[in-house]
Amino acid sequence: MSDPILEVRKLNKSFGPVHVLHDVDFNVYPGEVTALVGDNGAGKSTLVKCIAGIYGTDSGEIRFEGTPVTMNDPRVPTSLGIEFVYQDLALADNLDITQNMFLGREETNSKVFLADGLMEKKARAALESLDVRTVSSVRQPVASLSGGQRQTVAIAKAVLWNSKVVFLDEPTAALGVAQTKQVLDLVRRLADQGRGVVLISHNMNDVMAVADRVAALYLGHVAAEVKTAETNTAQIVELITSGRSDGLGLSAQAVNESI
Amino acid sequence: MSSNVTESTAAPGADRPGRFSLDVDERTIGGAFRGWVGRLRSGEPGALPSVLGLVVLVIIFSQLSDRFLSKYNIGAIPTQGAYIAVIALGIVFVLLLGEIDLSAGTAGGTCAAIAAVAVSKGSLHHGLPSGMFWALLIGQLAAIALAVWLRSYVPAIIVAIGFVLVVTNLTQHLFLALVAAICIGTAIGTLTGWLVAKVGIPSFVVTLALFLAWQGVLQFALSGKPIDTSNYDLWHNLTYGNLSPTVSWIFIVVVVGFYLAYTLLTSMRAKAANLAHDTIALVLLRGGVIAVVAVIVTILANTNRNTNPYRVIEGIPVPAAIAIVLMVLATLALTKTTWGRHLYATGGNTEAARRAGIDVVKMKVSAFALCSSFGALGGILLASSQSSASLDLGGSNVLLFSVAAAVIGGTSLFGGRGKPRDAIIGAIVITVIPNGLLLKPSLGPQWQQVITGVVLLIAAAVDAISRRRAARS
Repeated sequence: MSDPILEVRKLNKSFGPVHVLHDVDFNVYPGEVTALVGDNGAGKSTLVKCIAGIYGTDSGEIRFEGTPVTMNDPRVPTSLGIEFVYQDLALADNLDITQNMFLGREETNSKVFLADGLMEKKARAALESLDVRTVSSVRQPVASLSGGQRQTVAIAKAVLWNSKVVFLDEPTAALGVAQTKQVLDLVRRLADQGRGVVLISHNMNDVMAVADRVAALYLGHVAAEVKTAETNTAQIVELITSGRSDGLGLSAQAVNESI
Repeated sequence: MSSNVTESTAAPGADRPGRFSLDVDERTIGGAFRGWVGRLRSGEPGALPSVLGLVVLVIIFSQLSDRFLSKYNIGAIPTQGAYIAVIALGIVFVLLLGEIDLSAGTAGGTCAAIAAVAVSKGSLHHGLPSGMFWALLIGQLAAIALAVWLRSYVPAIIVAIGFVLVVTNLTQHLFLALVAAICIGTAIGTLTGWLVAKVGIPSFVVTLALFLAWQGVLQFALSGKPIDTSNYDLWHNLTYGNLSPTVSWIFIVVVVGFYLAYTLLTSMRAKAANLAHDTIALVLLRGGVIAVVAVIVTILANTNRNTNPYRVIEGIPVPAAIAIVLMVLATLALTKTTWGRHLYATGGNTEAARRAGIDVVKMKVSAFALCSSFGALGGILLASSQSSASLDLGGSNVLLFSVAAAVIGGTSLFGGRGKPRDAIIGAIVITVIPNGLLLKPSLGPQWQQVITGVVLLIAAAVDAISRRRAARS
């Protein structure tokens, strides 16, 4: 077992009087898909935004490759190689796939003119490395893509930058059956190539299908971090809804305190 | 976008069908045509509706009057419409962001009037009402500070140049006065951009207010008296002048040669790099058509078109050359630079642009600054074509016609879609209407308003329908 590439230790975050995250421990391992599950309001988004540098933290520590880092600006995680694919994807419909993948980080000739050919090649290489077969041209405008293709582009955009950790927020939420499978395959490939992948999802089928381990959040506490192979859907659902399941999860006392 | 031709030396992955199959294609002449038809069907009509509209108008007007298609009349169209084309070019930058600038016309008129005062009175300090001179200086300094604060350094430098020209009274020289007017336009645009992007007032309201305000400022600047600009040769020739036949040829050869060389080089480079590209035949066909048209136009332009035998009028009109050069520059800036890419992205999805690390505020400020700078040049051209810096310079319908030109050409009001080319074609349409009607005196000026309105409505309908089709496909 390798060391985690990203470690969150004893993270606390409050919004005024509301204590949203309690001593959260969360680890992301290279080459593994870690599912982050929890009911609405459990603190998934807050945790991600703390790591993304969008929210500040009250106490606790974030370590990247063993070194403590301060995520006080969205540019910090990006510079470390941590990419976030949000639910609304943030693609510009009027631009094509290549233009979207390089948005804000365009390659240029002599700092003035865009190097479109170079970007096109790199975009194609990124999609090829993920074995994407659903996109016939990287010059297609994003407006003409299906939901699954858009998700693919958004993920490939994250891969393009040699990311080491990729956070995916509900990547299959709006997709059909076939497209969901394509995206999940893609998620798996991301991890197989050695990246740490965090899959935020409500869908237990997805989680069981691709995740190596599951971290369940319950009212701002980490109820449990378990290996997918050693658990089952019913147990995870119980962890999400009541914070404990058999021997796993929070103590009855902790559950009562947090309610 | 599609073609049956697949290269034998195709990229890695060609053995696996369906994988970027289109990207290693050569686009042949037939493929380009099919792609164009496909885009039309899927709701991307491009310039076609405006060009068709122009053809229809030309046919109608040539039936109304046999003078319409005379060389003299066609040669007069750039003189009459250059200001609309230039202001519309500026408006395109703002429309691409999904914003609007209603004040570009009157702001430009004010800038042109300041230039007129500077050269006719010999000094802005004495020419402008005393308070206004100091207000101008303070305003320019404020614009520099704002631009620097908003990290828009290029506008800041341009405004600073204007400030120096005004302070040193170099504006008594006509050329420098016109440069200063454009720089003052940049200052005005920076202010507008700040109000929209940083203060957060909707651009419609900001520019509506400024549209009214600049009209008043213009009258202050002129102290209530219009200034004749036809005595200044340079200014007069901006719209009435013609390039000499030799210069006309040089101009056309440079522009068309640049285009041909660029497209050929792009195609060959893409082929070498194994990217999607147009075949040499397609590039040559397109370039050849453009070259032939350009040569025919130049030959016609270089023959005397004056019906009056005492004076020879020949050569490409200066205003046409100005519009073409600005269009080329704007197109390069929008399609080949990071700035242009970011402008399209900001207009298409502001949130995506922000998350990609694009400084959205800076983009907006630069677009408004450019728009007002183009507006200032438009005001200068308008003063030239009506031979006077009048009290309503750039007022009344000027701005509305310019917005109409951009929209008729195919620029979307919702941002993210549009090209500088659209503004030029739209401006020709807008200019041809009064030009054609004027040749038939029995049709009063009221027809101009009605026809322009109907054309604009049709253009907007084409845009709306094509967007719906695009959304469905």
